[in-house]
Amino acid sequence: MKFLHLVLANLGRHKRRTFLTTASVALALFLFASLRTVVTTLAATAQFGSARRLVSDNATGIVFPLPLSYANKLRAVPGVQAVSWANWFGGRYGDNKRFFAQFAVDPESYLEMYPEISVPEDQKQAFFREKSSALIGRRLVDVFGWHLGQDVTIQGTIFPGDWTFTVRGIYTPTDASINDDMLLFRHDYFEERLGRPGVAGWYVVRIDNPEHAAGIAKTIDDQFRNSSAATKTGTEQAFNASFATMWGNVSLLMGTIGFAVVFAILLVTANAMMMSARERTREVAILKTIGFTDRTLFGMVMLEAAGIALTGAAIGLGGAKLLYQATNFNAAGFLPGFDVTAETLVLGAAIALLLMLASGLVPAVRAARLPVVQALRRVE
Amino acid sequence: MKIPLIYNARSVLQRPVSTALTALGIGLVVAVFIGMLALANGFRAALRRTGSDQNALVLRRGADSELSSGIDRATASILAASPHVATGPDGRPMVSPEVYVLIPLSRRGADTTSVANVVVRGIGEAAWKVRSNLQIVAGAPPKSGRAEVCVGTKMALRFPGTDVGQMLRFGGRDWTVVCQFTAGGSAFESEIWGENEQFMPVFRGEVFQSVSFRLRDPAAFEEAKRALESDQRLTVDVHRESQFYAEQSQVLGRILEILAFLITSIMAVVAVFGAVNTMYAAVAARGPEIAVLLTLGFHPRSVLLSFLIESALIALVGGVIGILLALPINGIVTSTTNWASFSEIAFSFRVTPGLLMAGLAFAAVMGTLGGFFPAWRAARMPVVQALR
Repeated sequence: MKFLHLVLANLGRHKRRTFLTTASVALALFLFASLRTVVTTLAATAQFGSARRLVSDNATGIVFPLPLSYANKLRAVPGVQAVSWANWFGGRYGDNKRFFAQFAVDPESYLEMYPEISVPEDQKQAFFREKSSALIGRRLVDVFGWHLGQDVTIQGTIFPGDWTFTVRGIYTPTDASINDDMLLFRHDYFEERLGRPGVAGWYVVRIDNPEHAAGIAKTIDDQFRNSSAATKTGTEQAFNASFATMWGNVSLLMGTIGFAVVFAILLVTANAMMMSARERTREVAILKTIGFTDRTLFGMVMLEAAGIALTGAAIGLGGAKLLYQATNFNAAGFLPGFDVTAETLVLGAAIALLLMLASGLVPAVRAARLPVVQALRRVE
Repeated sequence: MKIPLIYNARSVLQRPVSTALTALGIGLVVAVFIGMLALANGFRAALRRTGSDQNALVLRRGADSELSSGIDRATASILAASPHVATGPDGRPMVSPEVYVLIPLSRRGADTTSVANVVVRGIGEAAWKVRSNLQIVAGAPPKSGRAEVCVGTKMALRFPGTDVGQMLRFGGRDWTVVCQFTAGGSAFESEIWGENEQFMPVFRGEVFQSVSFRLRDPAAFEEAKRALESDQRLTVDVHRESQFYAEQSQVLGRILEILAFLITSIMAVVAVFGAVNTMYAAVAARGPEIAVLLTLGFHPRSVLLSFLIESALIALVGGVIGILLALPINGIVTSTTNWASFSEIAFSFRVTPGLLMAGLAFAAVMGTLGGFFPAWRAARMPVVQALR
């Protein structure tokens, strides 16, 4: 468009206003992207789970364990290919300022069950060999500066006392929804220190065919229904989804705030565009007199609005994407895999377009319809 | 000499759309500010009210929550016999050894995956007296030796089968709901209560999780704490009940407050930028007017002040709009998992007068900040040029 330089000149006339408005759009869309990413990350965690893994826990509640003797019985269930188990430990490290989860896991079967937890082979073997060893997530290396071979002491809150583990491996999750800040230690060591109570927090079971999931889950639950500890078995995905619902109405809250943010920015940009247009009434009249068509003037105002909205959006959305990527943000372990999705970026761009229309339309129409004689007659 | 306020009021009314848009923008920021803090406030208040200053809560040494604690019968008896425990009107010690577990329950109406961890608390007979803010609003308290439970009203709102006379199934058996209780808006209202002796065999066996007792002398808490913690027969930590529950709200309360601060400060920058634009435009459009004011002998300081006031006025209108937008959320019940206890707690948004004043002050600050540079420009306007 040959009038582009005129649009740019108009944007440059009130440099401060253009800058402030663009910066506002950028900030608002940054905030929008952040809030929406909280929602999408939670949804992704709820969606996570292999269709071939089932989780069995105590039907009475998450705090109740299951007998370790169930492992063999589970292996005998038709369709079950592998069985592993884990226990929540719930310890605190140092001043407990940075919380992270610890689990006692059955070493071989657990790492075999979760190929998403990737550990170098030699470190894996070291973990299998040494009873008091532990695997730590890559992030814990960054947070605490731990290294291979280091002894780490955790105070148990559920299982009292100081527990010292030697870091023998550092894992990297290959799926973003798996926390990269867990500490995994050996279940046999856990059992030994507690005097062999023979308990597992929950079982993870790999099945041969995802389509048999419901049937196998029912077989398992039926088998233990009348024993001392009844089980509740479901797909791993359902297990994770029920955890995600514990947050309550977080999504609604984030959505409401996001809406308020978008609306507030609409007000600011619309106001700025209208102010600019009002100041230029005479000018528009002159342009019309020298032969600019209504349509050209309409286009110029819209283009100006587009310049502000789209530049702001690019900065805000791109900034959010890059910032969270660069800082590897995960909300202290609560939101693993926090990453601005493509869908969020598209949605943000759509908001920017809407912003352009809503803020540009009124001034643009006004400019196009301006009666020349009246506008020129007005004394400024 | 001061420029009269009426000048500002009239000027503002000269450009109603621009003013309204700016005020509304500030209003939205204030509404989000009040709303988010009301959320944090409500959550903290629910836990703060759970404990009483007059009570002590005993947990196993090192346990950071009731869930991770364990107290055997012998310890509970020693505690009950302690001279620091108050005696009730019936001559019995006001002490309640309690079983505390979490059970998964499906929420009302929602799909089956929507499961919450609900606290089941097995209480001693004296619990209704130890906790003073309890009130049974329907039915009669569970009778000893029966499979009966009493549910908190906030819990009853969200889960099916909680009306008096209905059955709840957990721990492998059915329990008759015989009453509903309120507890001054505290976290207790999200719990299911029954007799401790009934819950022991179905849950964790012969062990309590905590012991709560009324202090004989609330002022002598430290003394009681020292005496019990140094008792050779006991390995316990003694907490003042109010403080213990307030601390349980620390983590999530802080997170909510930090979130409120981060979100509103970014929004505030946007709103301030909006105000800056508006005020610069106002100053630019009123150049001759300002020059006249200066020529008439008004001090540049008065002009500066006048424009600052004008900006603050617009912001205050925004603040009032924000308050009006935020007020309706007061009392709305929401729920979330308190990660410190891993249980779901329902609580109400709490909009306090203090919060409203803070919102208004926040608006005024935004207005003043946004108005400062434009006002500065107005005050330093070269008279001759502006008049020409």
